[in-house]
Amino acid sequence: MVETLIKIRDLKTYFPVKKSIFSKKLFVRAVDNVNMDVPKGSTFAVVGESGSGKTTLARTVLRLIEPTSGEIEFEGKDILGLRGKDLLEVRRNMQIVFQDPYNSLHPRKLIKNIIGEGMKIHFKISEIEIRDRIASVLKEVGLIDDHMYRYAHEFSGGQRQRIAFARAIVLKPKFIVLDEPTSALDVSVQAMVLKMLKEIKVQENLTYMFITHNLSLVDYIADKVAVMYVGEVVEMGDKTTIFKHPSHPYTDLLMASNPIPDPKFVREKRLMKGEIPSSINPPSGCRFHNRCPFADERCAREEPELREIKPGHLVRCHYPL
Amino acid sequence: MELRGKLLDVSNLKVSFYTYRGVVKALNGVELWMDSGERLGVVGETGCGKSVTSLAVMRLIEQPGEIQEGKIIFNGKNLVELSEEKMNNIRGVEMSMIFQEPRSSLNPVMKVGYQIGEAIAKSKKIKIKNTYPEVKDMLRLVGLDPERVINSYPHELSGGMSQRVMIGMGLATHPKLLIADEPTSALDVTIQAQILELLDELARKMGNAVMLITHDMGVVAEFCDKVLVMYAGNSVEYASTARLFEKPLHPYTGGLLQAVPRVGRTDELKAIKGTVPDLVNPPSGCRFHPRCPHAMDICKLERPPFVEIEPDHYVACYLFKGKNEVREDG
Repeated sequence: MVETLIKIRDLKTYFPVKKSIFSKKLFVRAVDNVNMDVPKGSTFAVVGESGSGKTTLARTVLRLIEPTSGEIEFEGKDILGLRGKDLLEVRRNMQIVFQDPYNSLHPRKLIKNIIGEGMKIHFKISEIEIRDRIASVLKEVGLIDDHMYRYAHEFSGGQRQRIAFARAIVLKPKFIVLDEPTSALDVSVQAMVLKMLKEIKVQENLTYMFITHNLSLVDYIADKVAVMYVGEVVEMGDKTTIFKHPSHPYTDLLMASNPIPDPKFVREKRLMKGEIPSSINPPSGCRFHNRCPFADERCAREEPELREIKPGHLVRCHYPL
Repeated sequence: MELRGKLLDVSNLKVSFYTYRGVVKALNGVELWMDSGERLGVVGETGCGKSVTSLAVMRLIEQPGEIQEGKIIFNGKNLVELSEEKMNNIRGVEMSMIFQEPRSSLNPVMKVGYQIGEAIAKSKKIKIKNTYPEVKDMLRLVGLDPERVINSYPHELSGGMSQRVMIGMGLATHPKLLIADEPTSALDVTIQAQILELLDELARKMGNAVMLITHDMGVVAEFCDKVLVMYAGNSVEYASTARLFEKPLHPYTGGLLQAVPRVGRTDELKAIKGTVPDLVNPPSGCRFHPRCPHAMDICKLERPPFVEIEPDHYVACYLFKGKNEVREDG
């Protein structure tokens, strides 16, 4: 049995929306009733379109956003009630790399201070030890130790993302959230960064939560996949299962919409009608029913449960494919 | 002089931008051509000049940029030599353009119907209020409900709907060429598929050519007949889509195709070493040579000509000897 690193139960993150003081209180239900087990050592991909709640989910797991209700366990310990020293230790173990490396690095700090700041908080070590550690981490991500005396603007997008990743691994965490880490990069650079992520994961014994909208990347990097739609997980399971037998109509159409770089590949034209609904006022019943080609009146009425159709393969649909 | 493309033939196009850091040689002799009704994909990474090329074709290069050399023959006229007034009668009428960020390219304080009407009014020389029946037809054609949308402001529309409006605006004047600069990069994949389908359907109906600027090889494979690969301001390879994906000749094209992750592909991705060069100080000779695994001495000295290697397959690389040199102008 593989150990579970992060256990999420009935997690809800709502944001209040102010309309007027007389109207009913409204909420953006960014994350709604999410249950998830992230196994130790895996790359867990969270896929979804804009507004599906994938980024909010990741930030809630890191406690960068406080959830409305639910439970999050890290190595069997509830982290939502943690404070002070205990919280600090969990924070060290959970790091994040953001989407846009042009905004996530401080423009007026030396790379040495960007990477070293966390160590000053978490480790009681000398300046020299900090410098040695930074040098070795920079080498690990494919840069050289001289780079620590430069500023972020002196680097290209790919190099900046490597620095952001160095900042994450320097504290020896167990878990890293990668929030669309390559979507701001060109393909040739993306390939190098993905390769590095894969290699370092093995070396450092890491667990990744990989947030993305790009299914092609998921197939390359992930072991497990959760597909999100308007705040809910609609399908979850092993990568191979989901790619070979997508069972939720949304997953199926998402894959059909993904352009394949091969002109010989002729697909049947299947388009998803309509647009993503708002998570303030999600559709009744199944949230996908108004775009689903197979929906009937039961889907509009009754909300499907996320249920296991095969061991380890969960689908939120009345009529899985 | 023989033209390679009946609709558009761009040759030796050079564009520079004068910045405080020095002269950015954004385009360094671009070659590009299209036939009527054809779909050409222009692909390349950041800074390869694909957007600048499209702006130059529309004659929208502004200070501090300048078209320095080259010809843009569109429909028999050399656009580089046309006066601004004559260009105004072509732009938005015979060729139009849609952009990456649909929401920021629509005017936020004008109703959508009025914005589409403006284009029609200009081309037909009629008053905007008389264009509304046609505007409604156009909105219906791009899959929107005219009654609802015609009096909406852009902020009331979603990203996908705004892009539909942009496409409607672009095609309202029945142009011969529609330039689409990354029309789907800001959209979700499901919406992207809808928009590409719409562009495809409308191009079939109206018979316009489409120049699709993109960095996404998947989009090219699905949408385009022909592909032009650009690198650091040069055209490096041109072929039919099928041929290019089957047998890429230029080392850069090959590298690019191998770097693209795709579903069902589990082998290691091969990255191209190094990074895109700085165009203030571009590498000598072939601009790709510092990153090229096959670079030879001559690559560092001279820029390779863009030559036809096999019928309708052009490459700028010394690894291949052309059948005949591409025309030497002058």
